[in-house]
Amino acid sequence: MSVLLIKQWNSLLENDWLVPVLLTLGFGLSFAIPEYNLFSVYVQLIMMYIGINIILAVSLNLVNGYMGEFSLAHAGFMAVGAYSSVLLTMKVLPVADYPLLFPCAVFIGGVVAALLGMIIAVPSFKVRGDYLAIITLAFLMIVKSMIENIDFMGGPRGIPGIMKLTTMPWVFFWTATLVWIVRNFVFSKYGRAVMAIREDEIASDLMSVDTKKVKFFAFMLSSFCAGIAGALFAHLLQFISPRIFDITKSTDILIMVYLGGIASLGGSILGATIYTVLLEILRPSTMAALLSWLPSFMFDPLQAHLITHLGTWRMVIMPLALIMVMLYWPRGVMGLREFRGFIPRAHKQAHHHN
Amino acid sequence: MTILIANKVGHKFGGLSAVTDFNLNLHYGELMGIIGPNGAGKTTVFNLITGVYQASEGSMRFKGIEIVGKRPNQIAALRIGRTFQNIRLFRELSVLDNVRIAHYAQANYGILEGLLHLGRYQKEEQRIINNSRYLLSIFKLEQVAGELAKNLPYGLQRRLEIARALAISPELLLLDEPAAGMNPHEIDQLMLLIQWIRQEFNLTILLIEHQMKLVMGICERIQVLDFGETLAVGTPDMIQNHSKVLEAYLGEVPGG
Amino acid sequence: MSEGIIYWLQQALNAFQLGSIYALIALGYTMVYGILTMINFAHGDVFMIGAFFCFLLSSLLGLSFIPTLLLTMLGTALLGVMIERLAYKPLRQAPKVSAIITALGVGMFLENFTLALAPYPKQVPLLLENVTWDVYGISISSIQIVIISLSLLLMLLLDYIVQRTSIGMAMRAISWDKTIVPLMGIPVDLIISITFAIGAGLAGAAGTMYALAYPVIDPYMGVMVGWKAFICAVVGGIGNIRGAMIGAFILGTVEIMVVAFLPSTFRDFVAFTLLMLLIMIRPYGILGKPRIQKV
Repeated sequence: MSVLLIKQWNSLLENDWLVPVLLTLGFGLSFAIPEYNLFSVYVQLIMMYIGINIILAVSLNLVNGYMGEFSLAHAGFMAVGAYSSVLLTMKVLPVADYPLLFPCAVFIGGVVAALLGMIIAVPSFKVRGDYLAIITLAFLMIVKSMIENIDFMGGPRGIPGIMKLTTMPWVFFWTATLVWIVRNFVFSKYGRAVMAIREDEIASDLMSVDTKKVKFFAFMLSSFCAGIAGALFAHLLQFISPRIFDITKSTDILIMVYLGGIASLGGSILGATIYTVLLEILRPSTMAALLSWLPSFMFDPLQAHLITHLGTWRMVIMPLALIMVMLYWPRGVMGLREFRGFIPRAHKQAHHHN
Repeated sequence: MTILIANKVGHKFGGLSAVTDFNLNLHYGELMGIIGPNGAGKTTVFNLITGVYQASEGSMRFKGIEIVGKRPNQIAALRIGRTFQNIRLFRELSVLDNVRIAHYAQANYGILEGLLHLGRYQKEEQRIINNSRYLLSIFKLEQVAGELAKNLPYGLQRRLEIARALAISPELLLLDEPAAGMNPHEIDQLMLLIQWIRQEFNLTILLIEHQMKLVMGICERIQVLDFGETLAVGTPDMIQNHSKVLEAYLGEVPGG
Repeated sequence: MSEGIIYWLQQALNAFQLGSIYALIALGYTMVYGILTMINFAHGDVFMIGAFFCFLLSSLLGLSFIPTLLLTMLGTALLGVMIERLAYKPLRQAPKVSAIITALGVGMFLENFTLALAPYPKQVPLLLENVTWDVYGISISSIQIVIISLSLLLMLLLDYIVQRTSIGMAMRAISWDKTIVPLMGIPVDLIISITFAIGAGLAGAAGTMYALAYPVIDPYMGVMVGWKAFICAVVGGIGNIRGAMIGAFILGTVEIMVVAFLPSTFRDFVAFTLLMLLIMIRPYGILGKPRIQKV
């Protein structure tokens, strides 16, 4: 069933005009939805979180899926992007007068995160596998406790009162642009080299791949995207603190990546969307709203016995669902496969397809 | 005219000498074999030439350029290609991607062009695909271009390794036991193939092999290693009658 | 004795107490890694469950210290085996990351399941009377003595099992070579289950002792302690049992010293910076051995 759907979807995406049309349509909608309140404010918020999570999952997939390393540092790069952009919009740039300075602040947040990405890239030349995973974990903890110890960054209490500058068109713009860039990277000699490193680093070196340079680019691109996502996230939530960017945040992104499937852009988009939506649906208020069409003799007992308890059990159901997915699809829903629509024309015939 | 000169190259593994005083003179266009008992240091020599191990002493010059101290990818970019004793393909990638990856150093575009798919990207990618398809067709692998490398039968994996090594446009090709696990008929085919690619790609070939049929059949010169030391260098005829070589392979020869 | 020496001895004692608890948890990480080369990210939460078992047994059933400790260890050992059988065993042939993600999932499940049942932090009743002695100006509490001596006893026991018994020999054999061992008639599945049982049992003991020393427990207490214990295992050389003990006492000492000299908020910063530097210089840990890759 799902295979059939993917096939249909793929043949639809085979058309050259479809992606530009969808992008234009999406961009238009991202203006129209908030303008005319086509969805409730709550749904709009969820849509924006989906966009941010897509950026995070796609960029983490670059390191964890395509390169085959296990990074736990993504929340750290997010924090770096969030804090540096917030410092800019709150203390340096007159964003209130010049709204176009906001994307500049977001971009700089990404750049700072990318620079810190080098801290992970350099040890990755020598250390791989579980040990690199530990270095990424240490990096995350160091970033977090540094922020906690710096007063003008709000310390452990965090920074409240951030301007709400993240809007739906901006989320759409950044998501589309970054997914496009990561996709371009993947379908270039660098992306192929990243996958070759995953398979056999020494053999890659001997096949003329400059593995150091490639790792550098991959880590920097990945952390750049995480920084941007962090900046968008901060200006949507309007509050940041070190606790928001702890290990559980990294774990969330990991789950999206492996749920969707490694080394697959389509998988990460799917994983981020499913995970975000599922978490929201399992909220009692959302579930009640979704089921409110039921006649009251059905709805009332459901409400009384099930829905009200979701708040407590939501986070118990989620990990169980994750374990189930891993047991039945150890490579995630779309592991190592790709939506045909993402594959550049010249590569289509060259790409392995299951 | 020599393409590769090794001069007094030595390598130690934690105090233990794997290769000592290794000398090699490889001429342009030559097909040379390295033989020796197991543990003689043959693969170590390949690893030293390709930069996987750093020589602890001596020098090696390829086309006049010192290669000791260079990183493996730099040496590969100077156009030394190799295969592996135990096949090391990129197993979870397609056959075509295996060959495309080896075009890395020749793909003439930078990171920005790669990120934006602009500039030289399109032209170069098309060239790489065409060249990869050409290489696959030579080795009769076009039919399986979309398969994952790990799903190929053993014989095809061996061929794919050679195709991949050729993708870096080598001038010197190092073949590490290319006939391992092949039956006599397959070895005959392989001998023809090696001679043919040497002509077609204008190669100098250095190969390690245990199959005497192949070594004696196609190599012009042979170097014999034992315990990291060179016992003899010469034509196949000379080597076959060399007393020291017989000793190393068969034990002490009475009266020899 | 001078003030300075007394101060240092006091700190060393505190470091020893913290190190003991870390060591018991680190052993579980390192044993599982040794045998399956898999980081069992749910292990910190097994430790937390241990503390909650201890709470249930002591407050609801009113058991005293020894039965509480033994039943807690038994309970977490069973939990460890259950986790291995249900969640990890089916994935033994799958890519390694699938098992790691599953372990993260199991950890999240344990945390949130406990949270759903116990939304507020729990106060564990006093299991032992806490007497404090003053020895030449150093204050030593009975709880400290119990924690340190019990941990040492358990570690000696484990060392004996691993080095001297046939089960231990089978464990070492499996961690040496997974393909050959089944051919020698060693029941691999059983040995793996026993490894998980021992590791989880030790985590249960650590949970009980933690609850003795710091009686307020909550469902997320295992996260940070778990990660720290994992670091100990890595510092000592992951897969190496004696290394895990050494790593634990090093980390315990570092943390106590940082708190003695710097504001306590720097504790994690220093601990993790040291970890990062150590891995860059000596990735295989203090007692581990580098693996040579063959080409």
